[in-house]
Amino acid sequence: MADQLICQCRKRLSKAFEVEADLCLPLHQAPVTVLFGPSGSGKTTLLRMLAGLERPDAGSIVFRESPWFDAARAIHLPPRQRRAGFLFQDYALFPHPTVAENVAYAASRETASKLLDAFGLTDLAARKPRAISGGQQQRVALARALAAQPALLLLDEPLSALDAPTRSRTRYELRRMLLAGGVPSIVVTHDRMEAVALGDWMAVMVEGRIRQTGPVQIQCVDSGETGPVLACIRAEDVAITRQMDRVSSARNRLAGRVRAVIPEGALARVELDCGFTLVALVTAQSAAELVLREGENVSAVVKATSVHLAAHTSLQ
Amino acid sequence: MDWQAIWLSVRLAASTTAILLALGLPIAYWLTFSPRRWKFLVEALVALPLVLPPTVLGFYLLLAMGPRSPLGALYARLTGGMLPFSFQGLLLASVLYSFPFTVQPVAAAFAGVDRKLIEASWCLGVSRAATFRRVVVPLSLPGIATGAILSFAHTLGEFGVVLMVGGNISGVTRTVSISIYDSVQALNYGAAWATSLFLLCVSFTVLALTYALQRRIWAVWPIN
Repeated sequence: MADQLICQCRKRLSKAFEVEADLCLPLHQAPVTVLFGPSGSGKTTLLRMLAGLERPDAGSIVFRESPWFDAARAIHLPPRQRRAGFLFQDYALFPHPTVAENVAYAASRETASKLLDAFGLTDLAARKPRAISGGQQQRVALARALAAQPALLLLDEPLSALDAPTRSRTRYELRRMLLAGGVPSIVVTHDRMEAVALGDWMAVMVEGRIRQTGPVQIQCVDSGETGPVLACIRAEDVAITRQMDRVSSARNRLAGRVRAVIPEGALARVELDCGFTLVALVTAQSAAELVLREGENVSAVVKATSVHLAAHTSLQ
Repeated sequence: MDWQAIWLSVRLAASTTAILLALGLPIAYWLTFSPRRWKFLVEALVALPLVLPPTVLGFYLLLAMGPRSPLGALYARLTGGMLPFSFQGLLLASVLYSFPFTVQPVAAAFAGVDRKLIEASWCLGVSRAATFRRVVVPLSLPGIATGAILSFAHTLGEFGVVLMVGGNISGVTRTVSISIYDSVQALNYGAAWATSLFLLCVSFTVLALTYALQRRIWAVWPIN
């Protein structure tokens, strides 16, 4: 298995906190991996260790069979030899050169102009990074990283510097750009929506440890762990219908009573009582068309593949 | 006015500044970015001329440069000349004496460069040396300019160290400040007046230029 990133390393950050990452990513299966977990769980530290910006205390990192770090053999490749592009949270564009010069910083002018074109930045080429919007800065940073032809792309909370409307718009665009770039990527996020929208593969990190990894669609439970599991259904995967008998490909139908309808901009969050609480996220328009009101009887429809199992202990 | 002394001082200050920039930038870089625990010792050593009386520094330098010291002996073997009471000796003393005036503003400027910009450059496959040249130095230009100009002005006005190491040889080691002191000793107030005024004007102009220049650079590249 050559096309893998294997990371088994430890770094103590304080007396009480140690990041201990045990991760094996199948790069061919997972163009975009999401490293998901709450703030302060050590995601950024792991990303920095992969980039070579932080030196682990022990362990090894092997990328496509080449050792990037090996404590036992005293190997610690500097960042520039790993060729792992790093996208910082605030993009870290060089303030003194123009957008075009930023993208061409570690690439030929031809490569840079091709990427400027592909990312729709040609019109901004002569501007300074401070004179463009956050979303544009993100595209410049991504173009700059791809121009250096990295073997792996590491993105630290790439959407968190954007305002809320831009963020939801950019989410899918970012995934499209990452796939078009053709470089395996690891994206750090603490936002579940973002994790699901961006990733093919997910690694969940809690308190400095990788708790589970797997494809985003089939969130798996740690094989070694026993104990209660949670069945998680994403609110946006729940559809609501009034017609109980209508034929549908989705086999899971649950009768429920509307407990509350909470408008959230273009969307509406519908809380259902199906014997347990189920939350559905529907567009405000469908909520209006279905005339959803408190106390109404409806049925919720869920595809089997939208049901994720998670160990009760790993996700709070 | 003692034009010979002024010319000598300007030459000494310019040479000192050039050497200090060449030496000071790498040392400031090391002081800013090295993870070594004992670097505070080097920091203290660099800052020493700020608090040490020039006579103390001059005295030790005189001993270190003397023909019986290893440094003096080596210099004599290489050039056939002697360091004390020569322009080269004066230059060496000036470099040491003005060291903190270059290193401290430059190190402060380096420390002000966003660490992530440096890391971003490394991750783009650019070497440490090239990153220093292409990111750290351009973003620290105001600090580097300040360091250079302060060193120049400080060397122009130095007195104690020159007196100890250089003495008072016309055209070789008699700098502006020594010349003024000489004039006053000889009760030649007219000459002292003229040279002092000249030094005052030069110093003021240089400093005013520095601050004006800094404001402009900062306006173009705001540092955070």
